[in-house]
Amino acid sequence: MKQTIEFRNRPKIIGSYSIVGPKEGQGPFGEYFDYVMKDDSFGEKTYELAERKMFEHAITGAIEKAGLNTGDINLMLAGDLLNQIISSSYTARDMNIPYLGLFGACSTMAETLAVGATLVNGKHFRNVICATGSHFSTAERQFRFPLELGNQRVPTSQWTVTAAGASVLSLEGEGPEITMATFGKVVDFGIVDVNNMGAAMAPSAASVIHTHFEDTGRKPTDYDLIVTGDLGKLGAEILVDLLEDKGIKLGPSYSDCGHSYFTRNQDTMCGASGCGVSASVLNSYIVKKLNKGEYKRVLFVPTGALMSTTASQQGESIPGVSHAIVIEAGGRK
Amino acid sequence: MNNNQRNEAYNQYVEARIPRTKPWPSLFNSFWVGGVICLLGQAIDTLILYWFPSISEQNAWAWTLIVLIFLASFLTGVGVYDKIGKFAGGGSIVPITGFSNSISSPAIEFKHEGIIYGTCVKMFTIAGPVIVVGVVASVVVGIIYWIIGLF
Repeated sequence: MKQTIEFRNRPKIIGSYSIVGPKEGQGPFGEYFDYVMKDDSFGEKTYELAERKMFEHAITGAIEKAGLNTGDINLMLAGDLLNQIISSSYTARDMNIPYLGLFGACSTMAETLAVGATLVNGKHFRNVICATGSHFSTAERQFRFPLELGNQRVPTSQWTVTAAGASVLSLEGEGPEITMATFGKVVDFGIVDVNNMGAAMAPSAASVIHTHFEDTGRKPTDYDLIVTGDLGKLGAEILVDLLEDKGIKLGPSYSDCGHSYFTRNQDTMCGASGCGVSASVLNSYIVKKLNKGEYKRVLFVPTGALMSTTASQQGESIPGVSHAIVIEAGGRK
Repeated sequence: MNNNQRNEAYNQYVEARIPRTKPWPSLFNSFWVGGVICLLGQAIDTLILYWFPSISEQNAWAWTLIVLIFLASFLTGVGVYDKIGKFAGGGSIVPITGFSNSISSPAIEFKHEGIIYGTCVKMFTIAGPVIVVGVVASVVVGIIYWIIGLF
């Protein structure tokens, strides 16, 4: 196996928590989220503080649902979209837990889970918390335009979600099991349009999914759900095409969190984007379906675009990275 | 196939798949909203001249611009102008109200970074290039005008 590792000890997601903003709460996943904020400033003075509060909320929520205390957590793995991942690091400042900040843009949920599962599987750490999130208003001001500017969105653009999610990994306890992870390469097919992230990230998703099937000898039909992070409508269509060119037919079990995150009349063009998309869908909908046994085996593939505003302004194209995590319903030997 | 060819082929493929903005509805909305803003400007100008007959026409124009700029800034502050902009596009960007919006929106957005480093520094991030290009263009046109006048 080239890029895939198997977790023989089957680390479990023993606690998971998702928190989203009001607009996100009105989307199709609304009823699955643990907490829907009434107001996206979350009672804070700035949106950056609101994002941080969401992180705290998600992390303490997940620890509580795992039946643990903060003191029982041995390591925190987290990342976000803001420069120098301030939301994660500033949250860690108040957590009193050893901390590794990870940046994989919107693929961060997969990155933290892959690293966390590796460390827990190897019995180096007992309980590890993995978290990520994003906020519409902080991402807009960092990457795009002021909120009140009267401009129009282009049809390929996506809506950065206000959402955060956290998972507690451990070998003890009950929950869905992480059985494999395929670590993705950085792939860049030369897309420079920052308003077309789906097209920029799709090749990296295609690469990691292709490698995953090659490494494991599995087929798309071996999964009840194959779900990418935030490719959006266009990116998801491109991914299906790219994999078809490689002889893989994804079929009806494939969907994209970003594409299905909002309803059509929520006016988000190609769908949702941001770290919070895959984090909140995993830690609500997917984990709940796995716990109920409605899904037996899921391939979770969050997708990230690794550009910065500086690199984009200097004409660089947008590199993408995606990692694939196999999550199976618990209770099996 | 090397990477450059691959990227070129991929970009062409993506280009062909991109959903397009429907030109006619957006042009129509842009046209009538832009027209209404201009009509509003004309109405303000006419009213100023009607209420203050002693004012010169030049001064009435200046006051009209001040009123339009104030209105757009106000609507930006209460969170309405971005909704107009989303609907009308160029129709509400091109008139002076769009210019006002482009200055007041970053001023509001970055106030948490402080008066100097936030509001003052960021205020012209969007309007700045427009001003620079406008001034440079007027200098160029002025030089051309001067050269033509020589003959």
